[in-house]
Amino acid sequence: MTTALPPLPTQEPATDRLRGLACRNCGRSDSTPLAFVCPACFGPLEARYDLDLVAAILDRDAISARPPGIWRYRELLPVVEPPKRGLAVGSTPLVRADRLGDRIGIDQLWIKDDTRNPTLSFKDRAVAVAAARAVELGLEALACASTGNLAGATAAAAAAIGLPAYVFVPADLEPAKIDHALAYGATVAPIEGTYDDVNRLCLELATETGWGFVNVNLRPFYAEGSKTLAFEIAEGLGWRTPDVVVAPIASGALFTKLGRGFDELARIGLIERRPVRFVGGQAAGCGPVADAWGSGSATWSPVRTPDTIVRSLAIGSPADGDGALALARATHGSVESIPDADTAAAIRDVAQLEGIYAETAGGVTVAAAAAARRRGVIRDGDEVVVILSGNGLKTPDARRFRAPEQRGGLGRPGLAAPIRPSFSAVETWLEGRA
Amino acid sequence: MSTVRIPSAMRAATGGAKDIEISGATLREVIDGLVAAHPVLGAQLLDVNGQLNRFVNVFVNDTDARYLDALDTVVGAADRVLLLPAMSGG
Repeated sequence: MTTALPPLPTQEPATDRLRGLACRNCGRSDSTPLAFVCPACFGPLEARYDLDLVAAILDRDAISARPPGIWRYRELLPVVEPPKRGLAVGSTPLVRADRLGDRIGIDQLWIKDDTRNPTLSFKDRAVAVAAARAVELGLEALACASTGNLAGATAAAAAAIGLPAYVFVPADLEPAKIDHALAYGATVAPIEGTYDDVNRLCLELATETGWGFVNVNLRPFYAEGSKTLAFEIAEGLGWRTPDVVVAPIASGALFTKLGRGFDELARIGLIERRPVRFVGGQAAGCGPVADAWGSGSATWSPVRTPDTIVRSLAIGSPADGDGALALARATHGSVESIPDADTAAAIRDVAQLEGIYAETAGGVTVAAAAAARRRGVIRDGDEVVVILSGNGLKTPDARRFRAPEQRGGLGRPGLAAPIRPSFSAVETWLEGRA
Repeated sequence: MSTVRIPSAMRAATGGAKDIEISGATLREVIDGLVAAHPVLGAQLLDVNGQLNRFVNVFVNDTDARYLDALDTVVGAADRVLLLPAMSGG
């Protein structure tokens, strides 16, 4: 690949409130455009803010007066200004889930319904910030390594800002997710191998092409987008935190950024600092973080060959796994390991009890909430927010996995064989169901 | 001689060199040889105990060394060693 590097601004964005990037591990600041790891220790770079200044210029009323979407919280996002073009991302519903709560024994259960973003997953939040940064830098293309949801999010964001998109996915990914990315006009590269193979390839490609790989060389910006879930949960609850947050863990970035989001809100005085327990969910067939939590280890071991229907969480080498583990431990939460059959059952439960159709990661998350309740991590009277990060239409086969035997036509549990268009035929069919 | 691909974030320490040929029978010998040739890389690649820094992943012919014999993995001529930041997220 010989794509020439586009001309770049001379340094990363810095405004009075935005202090550029610094290494999460050693603290060294770095102003090289498109740098994403520390040149001194190879640790990940993160955006830094002057939170005292943000506290002085931002209050609840200012946020309330703004239109919906993630840019309501612009002072806590690493771009100079909100982008002029882009998808309408964020401000998804936070809804009470009393019927599901009754089923899994949680007294006050809320669902943060991120199945309703523009491309039907929370990835739109992260990509919106990365895409805004790509525009600021004048990059010529967006790209990503994806387990599926990111493919559609990157492809759509690129379409909205008029850039080509190059999407790298495992070749055996769910067809609905590949079609989704193709629909937006992306160039989809199906790679033979696991997500970790795709990721390794994109790490190499990112530094040689000059493209903006949203989760590689734009990762310091991308990762910050997930904080907006925490901001919206706090705002939705009336500027306070719940007792427990339950979220999926793939790379661990979403999970750790939820913690950072609540922390920043407390530091700028928008919420009172209260303890929040963080509960994570992983698939049993690819659960390096859950396995480490279960064994009491401080670090995770990679999973070479994921074996799970939960493709969106099938990352065998989770870069932020240590951080996720530390957050669950420090807050007296947990990381639950969920068998695929439980995931599929949870997908059916949320759909049939709350009318929300979640993809596999959402099934894992609901099952993790139930597991944490059984374990006693979630207690009587707790207020719990469960994050449903993606839409079930992306993984239509998952709900059928190990479904109880049901009368079915066309191989679909719950679906009858075709019925003649007559009153008596319907009567006969209904009697047969009784 | 194995060929080591240097990631862009480390090329300042190698005078801009992208591919460096290093001899060594194991991955550990190759890494040690690389650090001997470019001492600044030592602080980036190795921790205080001489083990691989947790932010670095090493691949031999595109296979993660953690799935092989880690630093004891036997390498030889025509093997390609790839150093990459430990970073992933779908």
